[in-house]
Amino acid sequence: MTPTLSARVLLGALSLLLLLALWLALALGPVRLPLLETLQALWQLAGWPAADGEVSQAALIVGQIRLPRALLGLCVGAVLALSGVAMQGLFRNPLADPGLIGVSSGAALGAALALVGGAAFGGLPSALAPYLLSACAFAGGLGVTTLVYRLGRRDGQTSVATMLLAGIALTALAGAAIGLFTYLADDATLRTLTFWNLGSLNGASYARLWPLLLVTAAVALWLPRRAQALNALLLGESEARHLGFAVERLKRELVFCTALGVGAAVAAAGMIGFIGLVVPHLVRLLVGPDHRLLLPAAALTGASLLLLADLLARLLLAPAELPIGIVTALLGAPFFIYLLLRGRH
Amino acid sequence: MLCAETLSVRRGPCTVLAGIDLQLRDGEVLGVLGPNGAGKSTLLAALSGDLPAAQGQVSLDQRPLASWPGPARAQRLAVLAQSSSLEFAFTVEQVVGMGRLPHSSGRQADQRIVTAALQAADAQHLSGRNYLALSGGERQRVHLARVLAQVWPGGVGQILLLDEPTSMLDPLHQHSILQAVRDFAGRGAAVLVILHDLNLAARYCDRLLLLQEGRPYLLGSPAEVLAPAPLRAVFGLDVLVQGHPERDHPLIIIR
Repeated sequence: MTPTLSARVLLGALSLLLLLALWLALALGPVRLPLLETLQALWQLAGWPAADGEVSQAALIVGQIRLPRALLGLCVGAVLALSGVAMQGLFRNPLADPGLIGVSSGAALGAALALVGGAAFGGLPSALAPYLLSACAFAGGLGVTTLVYRLGRRDGQTSVATMLLAGIALTALAGAAIGLFTYLADDATLRTLTFWNLGSLNGASYARLWPLLLVTAAVALWLPRRAQALNALLLGESEARHLGFAVERLKRELVFCTALGVGAAVAAAGMIGFIGLVVPHLVRLLVGPDHRLLLPAAALTGASLLLLADLLARLLLAPAELPIGIVTALLGAPFFIYLLLRGRH
Repeated sequence: MLCAETLSVRRGPCTVLAGIDLQLRDGEVLGVLGPNGAGKSTLLAALSGDLPAAQGQVSLDQRPLASWPGPARAQRLAVLAQSSSLEFAFTVEQVVGMGRLPHSSGRQADQRIVTAALQAADAQHLSGRNYLALSGGERQRVHLARVLAQVWPGGVGQILLLDEPTSMLDPLHQHSILQAVRDFAGRGAAVLVILHDLNLAARYCDRLLLLQEGRPYLLGSPAEVLAPAPLRAVFGLDVLVQGHPERDHPLIIIR
């Protein structure tokens, strides 16, 4: 079925919102760039040099600092929102969060292990440190999620309720382990660990961007192919089976997709809460629960909101910078409470 | 044709269903009766492929049901569960439209079928409404419309399995819904329906299967099954059976 006219208008409006957020992310900062200069800078970066052949200051700022950071934020926001949609579909609960299956806590554990373990061996080699940290976070997220999935399986069937409980138990266990590492850490490591747990797009670079960009593209291309299966899954697992969908495979794919997406996002930018929970919820209020529209709309909204949150994080206390996780939690938590109260009436 | 041969089903260490030999014939409404816990829903789950058979097998057109590819099976066999756990704000048409997911009949044909199925379930006035705003009985009719849409128009070879489709309906709709199911069978589909109301079973079913503690107690015409002796043996009910004054089926009066 092709999207109806109003659906196209809405996706168009959300795309415009994303462009606006992207432009603000590129233009605002310690040095303000007018729109024209920002566009010229992008033009130069795309390979068309300026008339005088010089690389302008604007092009340096945009190319070296703001563009990788904006693209990183865009990917993190989109992939977190998409993972949120996938999890809420899998658990058939509009209040489910990608963190439920242990991805986030597993990734945090992996990062803590890398930081504290590295410090114990005299510090991670500085050239490799960001990669090792990301790789450990990614592996931790995938590892814990695999364990949660295994615990939820019995007789070839996956019990979503058991997975949920296993996720809670393993999150608590990972929390204890992270606490232990925090206790053992020296002051410098502790500071890194804390900042990492609050999430930040600081330190964005193209090297950090590419793996996430690949994962985001894969998730964003694959999930919409399962939109109808996700719709059917909302009816119930056996209903979806009776409609001809391979439900066990679908559940496996959704868990894997979320582990991959959230794992890569946390590895690149630390723990950023509430995007995966609130964005799908918010978008569902706008477009309804049909995943054919919900998935692209959530990806666009998540990317836009994360860019805007990062803008706040950079600008509020400039020249200092707030961890973005604080901004998303400050905005997201009251909104979530509002949703809960609203649902009561 | 959907067939069960010496079917038995286990849940954990307990055999909850055994010795089921059953054929769903085209154009026939087969009613399943039995006390709570007699294995009615288990039978339906086994016939729909939700529960694996411990012994025997379920086959569709002489081919084991489990070996059918999902979409091909879904085009032939639709199942209405006792209750639904849908918690998302789909519109009524979207819910019924999901019944068309196994098909690729095109948007226009699907829309026609959704409208017709809503009409058959006497739910056309609900179209456009938010599913979550409906009452229990209205939701049940919407889901019935969804499974009707899935095997619409219900020709020979189509199969409908219904678990207590009237449990939440008012008396008028209990009759209009079962009449719609009856019409479906009239066009050639095979229907299995779990019921609790003996008089509804007497009126709308061609054959009845009486289950007791997971075993078939009696399979036969309504006149054979709805007799004082089997009803006392299975339900512990003392009944008076008379001919319906206006229609040609038994009327069961609890004494």
